Amino acid sequence: MRFVAIKMLVGDRAKYLGIVMGLAFASFLITEQLAIFTGLMTRTFGFITDTAIADIWVMDPKVQFVDDIKPMQDMQLYRTRGVDGVEWAVPLYKGLLKAKLENGNYQTVIVIGLDDATLIGSPPVMLKGQAADLRRSEAVIVDTVGAAGKLSKPSPVPGQKRIPLAIGDTLEINDNRASVAGICKVSRTFQSQPVIYTTYSRATTFAPKERKLLSFVLVKAKPGEDVKALASRIKAVTGLAAYTRDEFKELTIRYYMKYTGIPINFGMAVLLGFIVGTAIAGQTFYSFTLENLRHFGTLKAMGTTNKTLLGMIVLQALMVGSIGYGLGVGAATAFGKLVKDTELAFRLPWQLLVITAVAISLICVFAALLSIRKVMKLEPAIVFKT
Amino acid sequence: MTIQKNNPFPCDEETSTKAVAVHCKGITKAYGSGSETVNALNGINLEVRTGELTMLVGPSGCGKTTLISIMAGILDQDEGDCVLFGKNFKSMSDLEKTRYRGEQVGFVFQSFNLIPTLTAAENVAVPLLIRRIDRKTAVQKAGETLKNVGLGDRLNALPAQLSGGQQQRVAIARSLVHEPRLIVCDEPTSALDHETGFRIMELLQYAALCADRALVIVTHDPRIFDFADRIAKMDDGRIVDVSDSPQDMGK
Ligand SMILES: Nc1ncnc2c1ncn2[C@@H]1O[C@H](COP(=O)(O)OP(=O)(O)O)[C@@H](O)[C@H]1O
Ligand SMILES: [Mg+2]
Repeated sequence: MRFVAIKMLVGDRAKYLGIVMGLAFASFLITEQLAIFTGLMTRTFGFITDTAIADIWVMDPKVQFVDDIKPMQDMQLYRTRGVDGVEWAVPLYKGLLKAKLENGNYQTVIVIGLDDATLIGSPPVMLKGQAADLRRSEAVIVDTVGAAGKLSKPSPVPGQKRIPLAIGDTLEINDNRASVAGICKVSRTFQSQPVIYTTYSRATTFAPKERKLLSFVLVKAKPGEDVKALASRIKAVTGLAAYTRDEFKELTIRYYMKYTGIPINFGMAVLLGFIVGTAIAGQTFYSFTLENLRHFGTLKAMGTTNKTLLGMIVLQALMVGSIGYGLGVGAATAFGKLVKDTELAFRLPWQLLVITAVAISLICVFAALLSIRKVMKLEPAIVFKT
Repeated sequence: MTIQKNNPFPCDEETSTKAVAVHCKGITKAYGSGSETVNALNGINLEVRTGELTMLVGPSGCGKTTLISIMAGILDQDEGDCVLFGKNFKSMSDLEKTRYRGEQVGFVFQSFNLIPTLTAAENVAVPLLIRRIDRKTAVQKAGETLKNVGLGDRLNALPAQLSGGQQQRVAIARSLVHEPRLIVCDEPTSALDHETGFRIMELLQYAALCADRALVIVTHDPRIFDFADRIAKMDDGRIVDVSDSPQDMGK
């Protein structure tokens, strides 16, 4: 009877396509929204990802996420270095400063200051120049998106494309000259400002004079050291917060989840996809069953058991479900490929596919349940009613 | 649309004796409740025998459809017993009844009730598929049955591509394909013109009727009464007359 079930379903082209499209739309919407959400969440800790060399991040205990800078005194660096099991510990400066461009405009930039001696935490990908060039006087490395965008120069010919900032160009950060020595690529973050890498000492001269300037201490554990245990030890000794890389990512995500509208917005969109999918697909599937009620009745009269009828409806639901899911997820993947090199955050780990599969299954179960109920309660005697 | 001359259906009227196919005893059936109650059947006693074409006739609303629904096991009576080939429906569970129907009963409907997305052969194969016969065998057997009702050249036609008469032939083939012992037809000719209806009755009489099978046909069309071996006349939920010779019906 599987054959009959399938033919009943696909024979009615228009309805069949309607149901499949409804489900495809729902699964596309759910997958795409979840993928963008995941992409955005990954962006929140982009800087931590880029600074993968550090096992542990040490910071002021009040810090809530990676862009939440609460400077510490320099002596915290030495205290951290003194903790048992620390291979090395280096300072990191991170701050928002004003840069004056050649044309006199001001632009807020993220300045990252790396340990002068080791340059630990240097950009993950260098496009032009190299990290060691930071040792030259006034040297800074600029991220390529910023260089081509907010830091670019207008073309001398009006109406022409802007000229990206290049090696040798200069800008002023808080009245200090900075000379571009390299172009790098960084992971996109939530902060849309250009990223400028320099040394720790130069960064602190750029920064307004303050008593405390140390943003983070990056720590490497000795080989064989339990990183988690070391983090708690650092915490105990210094009274600071010390997170492993993953803990710090988690802290950051949790902050965004809790204090921004992002999860709600995306949750709403996902829910909307779910509801729209349920409404369209559920409703069309149910009306498909209703239209075929007479035939289900005939089958019942002719000796088809309720169990078989149930199997038929489940099969029909499974079929539209899996085809709709495939189409929707396929479309979402294609969409992801399309927006790969754009501003849009899009990440599609396999877990999201599972979530969408579960959602689509729920929609199908819901649609099928209504139909099943109707068909189970169907009186076979209706077959003689005209 | 010629019917094959050698009857392929295993009927041997000479040697078989007529047996009781359906036995109805004191059957009542009411629809609705309270002031809305309609007493559709008011104590029906009737025997339907194999090898006979029994017609249930009577004015519209007299309870014909209700009665064959009960005989075919798709509707439960309120009181009385309906025994089909020795088995009382009352003693069966819903599941048993459904299975029993699948084996023993064939249906022909006024409006054909073919599944529109299945071809003629596939429609005819359905009773076999219900009995879990594999698709290839089922469709093949269905094709043979269709040949025997004169539709050998329309096996792959969809119902919508067939005339009303042809659709009813497909439906008859479907009611026969699994060789049930009772075939119930509710107004099988009402949706057809007189000539086509006549041919359908010929087909039913010729192809469906055999010694160990009973045929019950509900109709209110006096022009086909001649096909009956027995006529049970109903009125107001009662059998008012049973006659073995249709000529007595005063038509
Ligand atoms: N499902 C139903 N609900 C209520 N009344 C019904 C139902 N089916 C039939 N009836 C009533 O029962 C009576 C007998 O109906 P039916 O058996 O269909 O008669 P016939 O087939 O002889 O025209 C009629 O009065 C009809 O209105
Ligand atoms: Mg009727």
